[in-house]
Amino acid sequence: MAGFREARGDLRLDAVTKTFGDFTAVDGIDLQVPRGSFFALLGPSGCGKTTTLRMIAGLEQPTAGRVLIGDTDLTGSRPYERPVNTVFQSYALFPHLTIRDNVAFGPKRRRAADADEKADDALNLVQMAGFAARKPAQLSGGQQQRVALARALVNHPEVLLLDEPLGALDLKLRREMQVELKRIQTEVGLTFIHVTHDQEEAMTMADTVAVMNRGRIEQLGAPEELYDLPRTRFVADFLGQANTGVGTIKDVEGDHLVVNVLGTPVKILKSRSQVHEGDVLFGVRPEKVTVSRTRPEGAGNDVRGVVRDVSFLGVATSYLVDMPSGATWSCYEQNLDVEPLDLRPGDEVWLTWNPGHAFGVPAEEPA
Amino acid sequence: MSALAQVAGDPTLDPPAAAPEVKRRSWTAYVLMLPGVLWLCVFFLLPLVQLASVSLQSRYPGFPGYYYRDLNFSNYASALTDYAPHFARSFLYAGLATFLAFAVAYPLAYAMAFKAGRWRNFMMICVIAPFFTSFILRTFAWSQILADEGWVAGVLNFLHLLPNGHIINTPIAVVAGLTYNFLPFMVLPIYASLERADPRVIEAGGDLYANGFTTFRTVTLPISMPGVLAGTLLTFIPAAGDFVNMELLGPQRGKMIGNVINDQFLAVPGGYPVAAALSFTLMAAILVLVFLYVRRFGTEDLV
Repeated sequence: MAGFREARGDLRLDAVTKTFGDFTAVDGIDLQVPRGSFFALLGPSGCGKTTTLRMIAGLEQPTAGRVLIGDTDLTGSRPYERPVNTVFQSYALFPHLTIRDNVAFGPKRRRAADADEKADDALNLVQMAGFAARKPAQLSGGQQQRVALARALVNHPEVLLLDEPLGALDLKLRREMQVELKRIQTEVGLTFIHVTHDQEEAMTMADTVAVMNRGRIEQLGAPEELYDLPRTRFVADFLGQANTGVGTIKDVEGDHLVVNVLGTPVKILKSRSQVHEGDVLFGVRPEKVTVSRTRPEGAGNDVRGVVRDVSFLGVATSYLVDMPSGATWSCYEQNLDVEPLDLRPGDEVWLTWNPGHAFGVPAEEPA
Repeated sequence: MSALAQVAGDPTLDPPAAAPEVKRRSWTAYVLMLPGVLWLCVFFLLPLVQLASVSLQSRYPGFPGYYYRDLNFSNYASALTDYAPHFARSFLYAGLATFLAFAVAYPLAYAMAFKAGRWRNFMMICVIAPFFTSFILRTFAWSQILADEGWVAGVLNFLHLLPNGHIINTPIAVVAGLTYNFLPFMVLPIYASLERADPRVIEAGGDLYANGFTTFRTVTLPISMPGVLAGTLLTFIPAAGDFVNMELLGPQRGKMIGNVINDQFLAVPGGYPVAAALSFTLMAAILVLVFLYVRRFGTEDLV
């Protein structure tokens, strides 16, 4: 146990960069994760999220920058010296050890006298106590996943890292485990850092989500915040669906910007647009758009379109509407009315939305 | 298969269309097995029976080279009493060679699996390359390498490390030759099991507070045990029965059991029954040793 570093507090990444040859995987990330929070690193594959996680674990060393927990600088220390444990993507259970020995591995390395009891407690927590004597190969994917979680949790790390832990599970099991993970996190109160490419998973579980793209954090905030007011085009596209169009800001009317999107004037609240002149990417979420047969009175934002497709989803009906600009918008209408709209492909409709729900982000991705 | 046949025989469950398909599938299995089974029968089982029968035959007194069918167990008695030292020597040398091959092969296989990067294929070719020349030729080459005039003996003599000035025609040369000749059989299975190991599993060791050495001891080595087991068996079994290394590199006296069998078959008139008895004894001894070894160190899946 020589070299093990006790550390308590928030996890901090300080201008962390990682390059492999001439490829920059992580590009100067600054991050502060409050102690005890459930934090998600969300991004497409290759965005640097797993590399970031591995640098926190100590499995990779940053090319530049520092990794700290509280006031303890962990940069350069080995994985076994850090109060950090990982749940690996493929679970990485020790195939030659029983489930109990797998979970007791960490406590035994730290010379805990009651390693086996600790292991049994952790297995209880993930509801796998009945499988302690088995070998990993005798368990299903979902069960191995729970064991991998127990094997990390049993050490009470200051930070628990989860590398796409639910990626290999089927949809139903994934939903169950999302709830389960959240429950366990609340119960043990540890800092969880969850890496995923599944935006729904990140939004359901995490208190704070950081959206990563090309080695940088595009935007960081509560899931609702990211969804409601994306600040970059990437976040708008990656998190949920958005009806978007590139336009030019023509005018300012009080609190609103007037944007000309391919001939159609639309309004955005000034405070909800990241750019106030020139080109802007206008966007509005599908559920914020109202579909009606007749032009509504005085809503401000309204566009006429032609229904292309109608899908009844139960709780809602989804419409695809061809816009005069040539784009296709998607809209959700909750099925609240006794008499539904009864639209068919080819019908003309009016789409309206509250300008307070629209957002504007820079039209071009920064190079 | 038997479960299916039962279902097919049950009148209440019998689906008429299913029966012919079950039959066809079982035929395919037998047809596929046929060449292998025939090969084993003709070239393994029949010679083995023949050998067993020879091992119990007796000589016609006064007619060396002529035998009659018998149940003469004294062949086995003389095999065990006259040649016990040769058996012991064979197992000792083969054991030493296996241990040395393991000591050389494990680091090599480890380097190939985890550290070699783009040199991996080149190293693999180097390990396999000796197979492109004959076993006998390679052993001859070693008799040159270890000769008194060679640089190995020269260096060792210069350092006064050779008590009688020679390395050729000593047990050391035999063990060295055995180690060299069977090294690839040790490297390849260990490499295969290491290469197949999930690197995340080894990283997990580090993540769970095990330093480099502890991770190796508690994770990497146990994961590669099937390869180690296969490698030691593939080295020990042929090495124990080998006679070429002793013939070309070894001393005149103090032969291994393979040489005795070889001589009894080819050089000693009327030696066939004893040679056969020795072969059977060697086979049985190796089977027992391997059985004990696998019982002690074996894992559920070999390789």
